[in-house]
Amino acid sequence: MTQALSRRAVLRGTGALILAFSLSGRAFAQTETGASATPLRGLPGSLDATPRLDAWIRIAPDGTATIFTGKAELGQGIRTALLQVAAEELKLPLSRLDLITADTGRTPNEGYTAASHSVQDSGTAIRNAAAQVREILIGEAARRAGVARADLIARDGVIAGPAGLRLSYGELVSDTLLHVDAAPTSILTDPRDFTVMDRPVPRVDIPAKVTGGAAYVQDMRLPGMVHGRIVRPPSYGARLVALDAGPVEAMPGVLKVVRDGAFLGVIAEQEWTAIQAMRRLATLARWEETAQLPDEARLPEALMALPTRDTTILDVGQPDAPSFTLDTLFTRPYLSHGSIGPSCAIAHLEGDAMMVWTHTQGVYPLRDALAGLLAMPPEKVRCIHAEGAGCYGQNGADDAGADAAMLARALPGRPVRVQWMREQEHAWEPFGPGMVARVRAALGPDGAITAWQHDVWSQSHMMRPGPPGTLLAARDKAEPFPPAPPVDLPMPEGGGDRNAVPLYVLPNARAVNHFLPEMPLRGSSMRSLGGYLNVFAIESTMDELARRAGQDPVEFRMRHLQDERAKAVITTAAERFGWKDRPKPPAGGGYGFAFARYKNLEAYCAIALEVAIDADTGRLIVTRVMAAVDTGQVVNPDGVRNQIEGGIVQATSWTLFEGVRFDRRRITSVDWAAYPILRFSRVPRAVEVHIVPRPGLPFLGAGEAAQGPMGAALGNAIRDASGQRLATLPLDASRIRHAMMDPPPLR
Amino acid sequence: MTTFTVNGTRRTIAAAPDTPLLYVLRGELELNGAKFGCGLGQCGACTVLVDGEPVFSCVTPVMLLEGRAVRTLEGLGSAEAPGPVQAAFIAEQAAQCGYCIAGMIMRAQALLERDGDPDDAAILAALEPSLCRCGTHVRIVRAVKRAARAMAGKMEAVR
Repeated sequence: MTQALSRRAVLRGTGALILAFSLSGRAFAQTETGASATPLRGLPGSLDATPRLDAWIRIAPDGTATIFTGKAELGQGIRTALLQVAAEELKLPLSRLDLITADTGRTPNEGYTAASHSVQDSGTAIRNAAAQVREILIGEAARRAGVARADLIARDGVIAGPAGLRLSYGELVSDTLLHVDAAPTSILTDPRDFTVMDRPVPRVDIPAKVTGGAAYVQDMRLPGMVHGRIVRPPSYGARLVALDAGPVEAMPGVLKVVRDGAFLGVIAEQEWTAIQAMRRLATLARWEETAQLPDEARLPEALMALPTRDTTILDVGQPDAPSFTLDTLFTRPYLSHGSIGPSCAIAHLEGDAMMVWTHTQGVYPLRDALAGLLAMPPEKVRCIHAEGAGCYGQNGADDAGADAAMLARALPGRPVRVQWMREQEHAWEPFGPGMVARVRAALGPDGAITAWQHDVWSQSHMMRPGPPGTLLAARDKAEPFPPAPPVDLPMPEGGGDRNAVPLYVLPNARAVNHFLPEMPLRGSSMRSLGGYLNVFAIESTMDELARRAGQDPVEFRMRHLQDERAKAVITTAAERFGWKDRPKPPAGGGYGFAFARYKNLEAYCAIALEVAIDADTGRLIVTRVMAAVDTGQVVNPDGVRNQIEGGIVQATSWTLFEGVRFDRRRITSVDWAAYPILRFSRVPRAVEVHIVPRPGLPFLGAGEAAQGPMGAALGNAIRDASGQRLATLPLDASRIRHAMMDPPPLR
Repeated sequence: MTTFTVNGTRRTIAAAPDTPLLYVLRGELELNGAKFGCGLGQCGACTVLVDGEPVFSCVTPVMLLEGRAVRTLEGLGSAEAPGPVQAAFIAEQAAQCGYCIAGMIMRAQALLERDGDPDDAAILAALEPSLCRCGTHVRIVRAVKRAARAMAGKMEAVR
């Protein structure tokens, strides 16, 4: 394993984002949410790290309650769901609750809002904390009134008891009453008695968002606020060799040109002036470019040629069959998060304290990274989450926060708002990594799988702050921070190898994670991480095996499953779709089915769908989708449906349209024309989501459950329509058209 | 100086004539509805109505607006008293992050003022210039249909 080339590149100060750390094993192993992988205290959810009840819930003398969460609203509806959980267990009406989200000055540290963990981590913590607060209030009422606890009941913010006894929460609470650590167990409300949870409570944030209320960090206007823009290098690691900023500094309305090495920014009173100054400055800067990107047309080969750190993540029986029925290489390109609003942040240096309003997914990790970047003590940096456009993983949010802080430091006393431009977001955000998965499988004479091997190649899916070197500004400044070491997220959740272990019962199976420490393109977390490609690979293979064995693909899956919850979602989706009695599709039509349990730990999701393909153009329309999900105890059924519907449509876009484009030096897909995503004309015509009820079971995240199965179901439907197995993503019109033209050999 | 109406109120704008309308709305006029999405007329997040027609405010210089009538999301209603399209989006919970929704609502408004009973194809075509990344499309289409019913008075009230 030699990495001398990229190490030299880094030592030269070029190839800035190509990493050269040679670590043994998974030395930097951590979790995707940043939480400890091993419990500290044995307390439920995030109470384990932050046990004090009043860190989560405070009750005011007027009987209203404020709930604190370290998680952030990303458009997934977490604000409403967490309020529902708190209201249910506190026995307080929603109207008397307020929620404070991720703020290093005020809320618990819950790491990153990621990995579909928010309801599981924060929801569990708030639910248990609320239940314990309610019991403490009952105990306090019993003590004051001199009655038995058993005679008291909490209802609508009041503890009620015999002989008209009524003590409000506001009367009972005192400064110290809730300043206690949580107990390991709580008296939780029986799901049969729910009045707020498991109800489709309307999202509390939607009215402002549809009427022009101040809803996003982009909408904040602070007194004295000025506008910043950044000039980014033309390619990774480019060196600024000459710049005469004089003409820009002389522009009316320009307050400052900020330069620190290759980090370039402008600050102006008005936003449009800042944009014009940015454009002018960009024309004045001369760069030396050194980046060497892979050949886009041969990306899979380039990835597989990189040095690897191999981990066997599954090894049972004798997976080395003498011959395999199938041996397929599945590949995906780099994918853009594609946030509709480019990243934005506001920073304000007042005295020796820096405030940053940011749509980061992790205020505490970003705070630490900024403290490092600015050489400030962490307690002097405060990061406050303010919503941005949906991010679906790590987009430019953290980098924009760093950019704003760099500019604010150069203009103390004035809040500086930095808004990235579209082309900056598309060129500089950390992409969802390009990947390769090879699946080999053998069928026995009875039509059951006898051997299975899965190999997956991927760079890190976890390059979030912490280390300052994760931030673009920290890499560009005159004294750059070293690139952050690549993190190989360990199993069971995994990173590139997420969902590479099939949930199917396979007597002889091996899965190997070929982790790529180098990063040809900047990458980090994007919804479902490696799960999307691994599920695409596994479920495409299952479908193909079923065809080879002459079996129905749904029955073939059921035959290889023992997990009853998996079987339940598959049966539900198949029955509601009418899979068994599906009519023969018209010409160009096809059916597809796929299933996965996200991470093999979170929500179960099965999808059946029908497509119509125009053979002449390769244009595919999804005419009908039926999804069944099991997310454990549901907090908000409409919220779950919204997330699953969204996952289905987003994965339709990834699968049919998307791939980051680049030449040997630069990212070239820097707008929506070069990086097309799904538009309305191609939206699935009917989407139905059925929730399999699991009252009382632990919460399972829903935000990333549908993407893998949706991509695979599309591939399987194209196979059904064309007779061809497509394994190279995206399954775009050109590839589909060719598949439809080829004589179908296997149908 | 350019003079036009914004949500019915006459405004005289000091910004340079080549300033895109989006920055005047968000800056000088402090209106949040129109969003910056691409600055290229590709995504629709900045959509407003000019004389009833949807336009990309990010690529429309204010000099073109002399004497015209601009309507933004704020002109359709408020959180307390949402207009029929806004109310339909709330009723259908047709938002995830919501960043694109202002543009969607403006396009839907323009469509429904022109065609009170659009079919699916007309709705999809009207919304085609607007991108949504959360995948809320199915709900957005439902919301437009609901708004059409409400505006036609076929539905007693929108929740």
